[in-house]
Amino acid sequence: MALVYLIAAVIAVPTAKKIGLGSVLGYLIAGVIIGPSVLTLVGAEYSEVMHAAEFGVVMMLFLVGLELDPRRLWQLRHMIFGLGTAQVVLTCVAVGLSTYAALGLSINTSIALGLIFAMSSTAIVLQTLQDKGLLNTAGGQSVFSVLLFQDIAVIPILIVLPMLAVSGTPLSPQEAETSGFAQAGLILGSVISIILAGRFFVRPLFRFVASSGVREAFTALALLIVIGVTLIMEAVGLSAALGTFLAGIVLADSEYRHQLEADIEPFKALLLGLFFISVGASIDFGLIAASPLGMFTGVLSLIVLKFLVLIVIARVMKFETSRALLFAVSLAQGGEFAFVLSSYALSSHVLSAEHVAYVNAIVALSLASAPILFLVLERIILPRFINASGNDKREPDTIDEHHKIIIAGFGGFGSTIGRLLRANGIQATVLESDAPYVEILRKVGLKVFYGDAAREDLLRAAGAAHASILIVAIGDTTSSLQIVEIAKQHFPHLSIFARASTREHAYQLIKHGVRAVHRDTLGSALDAGESLLRECGIRAYQARRITQLFKDLDECFLRKLAVLKDDQPSYMAFAKQSIQDLEDLLMHDSENRSLNRDSGWDPVPTRTP
Amino acid sequence: MASVLILFAHPAYQKSRINRVLFEAVQHLENVTCVDLYEESPSLFFDVEKEQKRLVAHDIIVFQHPFYWYSSPAILKEWQDLVLEYGFAYGPGGTALTGKSFLSAITTGGNAEAYCRKGYNYFSIRELLTPFEQTARLCGMHYLPPFVIHGAVAMSTPQEILSHGVRFKTAIISLRDGLINHETLAQQAYFNAEAQ
Repeated sequence: MALVYLIAAVIAVPTAKKIGLGSVLGYLIAGVIIGPSVLTLVGAEYSEVMHAAEFGVVMMLFLVGLELDPRRLWQLRHMIFGLGTAQVVLTCVAVGLSTYAALGLSINTSIALGLIFAMSSTAIVLQTLQDKGLLNTAGGQSVFSVLLFQDIAVIPILIVLPMLAVSGTPLSPQEAETSGFAQAGLILGSVISIILAGRFFVRPLFRFVASSGVREAFTALALLIVIGVTLIMEAVGLSAALGTFLAGIVLADSEYRHQLEADIEPFKALLLGLFFISVGASIDFGLIAASPLGMFTGVLSLIVLKFLVLIVIARVMKFETSRALLFAVSLAQGGEFAFVLSSYALSSHVLSAEHVAYVNAIVALSLASAPILFLVLERIILPRFINASGNDKREPDTIDEHHKIIIAGFGGFGSTIGRLLRANGIQATVLESDAPYVEILRKVGLKVFYGDAAREDLLRAAGAAHASILIVAIGDTTSSLQIVEIAKQHFPHLSIFARASTREHAYQLIKHGVRAVHRDTLGSALDAGESLLRECGIRAYQARRITQLFKDLDECFLRKLAVLKDDQPSYMAFAKQSIQDLEDLLMHDSENRSLNRDSGWDPVPTRTP
Repeated sequence: MASVLILFAHPAYQKSRINRVLFEAVQHLENVTCVDLYEESPSLFFDVEKEQKRLVAHDIIVFQHPFYWYSSPAILKEWQDLVLEYGFAYGPGGTALTGKSFLSAITTGGNAEAYCRKGYNYFSIRELLTPFEQTARLCGMHYLPPFVIHGAVAMSTPQEILSHGVRFKTAIISLRDGLINHETLAQQAYFNAEAQ
């Protein structure tokens, strides 16, 4: 049976990617095909497979926690609890009201359904956002915050659900209450023990294992941690994903972080794929076939309802349009936690088996629709918001790191500087205003922030007030001078290094008081020139010295000419003279007045003893 | 046949009269590697590992250069500072050069007479080459008496210069082919007897 799943994955995913549908959709389709509705290669045991595959979700949250900066989490706390609560509560109310009013279900059932449907898909959405490099955008961050909140919210929901039981409650109200408190105690206990274990117990353990030098032992330990935490959380009745997420955060600033990431990643990828396949297989097409219109309406109304709630929240929070759309589309489907909650609801007698079957089918279908919705968002909706200059109207990124050096502009000039600095272990905060280019750089793994550096608020956000050096690596004269002016005015302590794309640009920069002015083409032209001198038969060291001398003189003349620039006649005269002087000074003339004489190396007449 | 590495340093080859003749004389000899340092590394930047491998691959190391201020042109100093590393050339485990031979092949402006207590250079050539000798000794190398061409400034006739080129070539070949009587040589102040 494992063979079937693997074959399905191997065939479906590359095919889906080729058609441009994305790997998630590929897995889902594979699941549908091999499931009970089409080929029936896998039967009812898919639910066990799904349970095992949920491990993939658990691992993914572990990796997410690992890669998270706890400071960032603290910064996001408003979004997490603010947006999150709003989304869960409002969605629950909206869905609950609809089912109550439209379908005539009981209040308890409606609330249960509302809670279940409020969940969004952590796995699919996070994966998709990461793939498209959208996770670091403002919209991506909001989505992430809400998903995080939902993970946390599962705990109280699990407590609340049994209280909604309609008939034959397994627990008396008293028992329900005490178990509620016991639950809270357990939650606190396990969270604290995870944090403590992570801080004090796990790291020495890592050191011990790592010192053995056996790579596989480390991988085994990593898996052990993930599995261990999962088991603890499940025993306590909590969300395993939340547990591993916490574990990930605790380990995020340990020195083993990258090793852990590398070790867990392949397992996560595989299991996650398996998970999506089993979601596909779980779509009960029989049910759908029985009442196709009902199913379709159900899925559509769920998505539309959630979408509307999200848009309202976005508007209230004053998100700008593309961010609002990303936010709403990402969270509008159902989530895999819904499966967990619905089966729990079943066992607590809150929902009937029939209800649960419908819920699962609707959620599965909406999950399947998620990649399609993203496609629509990407191809059709978002492009509408790209303005004439080719950049979409997105908000500048939240800059979460501050360094002593700020580089404005990451084209050829800026990026070369950035690489040289990085090769020496020097970090810089990079600002770039071409949005598509920022995306490309992000995909390559470079941390670049989108924004227009010619704005005081952005420079301030980039840490200009506490930085020491500003590198203006922008070729456009106007922007470049604007940034220099802003820096001189608001951040006068900054040392400015500026790129000059033309001679005129260089004059302007010098006039603005920038001393470190570096002309675009001078360096490379002189490099080429030096090679050419050698090619013409001049000795390598001679060529080197001549070129260096030429460069120094040229820089000297540049600065003199910058001052004279406004006085046209003087400027022209001096320019002409300087060209002549440069040649004279370099050429070896008969009276040995050349600057290039290097006569220290000439043999001197000896004094006869 | 032993292998010889000639590290040649002249910052202004285009102005050289004698050194260039010496260097040209030893080109294209079997088992003799000629390296023009200023031409190869005009920015004085060395790939240390590459230089070290080159050293290891040869039995006799020769520094050929004009005698600037009682020493070598700057690039050879940079070379020594960077390439003769602790643990490679000297110090514990630094035995890469042990047993090899070292030769200074230099040209000086002054005559031989100037290099004594009565002369304006005060010290003898051997005394002035002490840093090189000691460097060789610390690296476990056998320091040979130097090959010196005095009076480079006054030398004017091409024939004379060429004859020195021939002598240099002979010296290198005799070193390479093991034709040297080391006991006799050790008694001499110079490798090339006529220099005295």
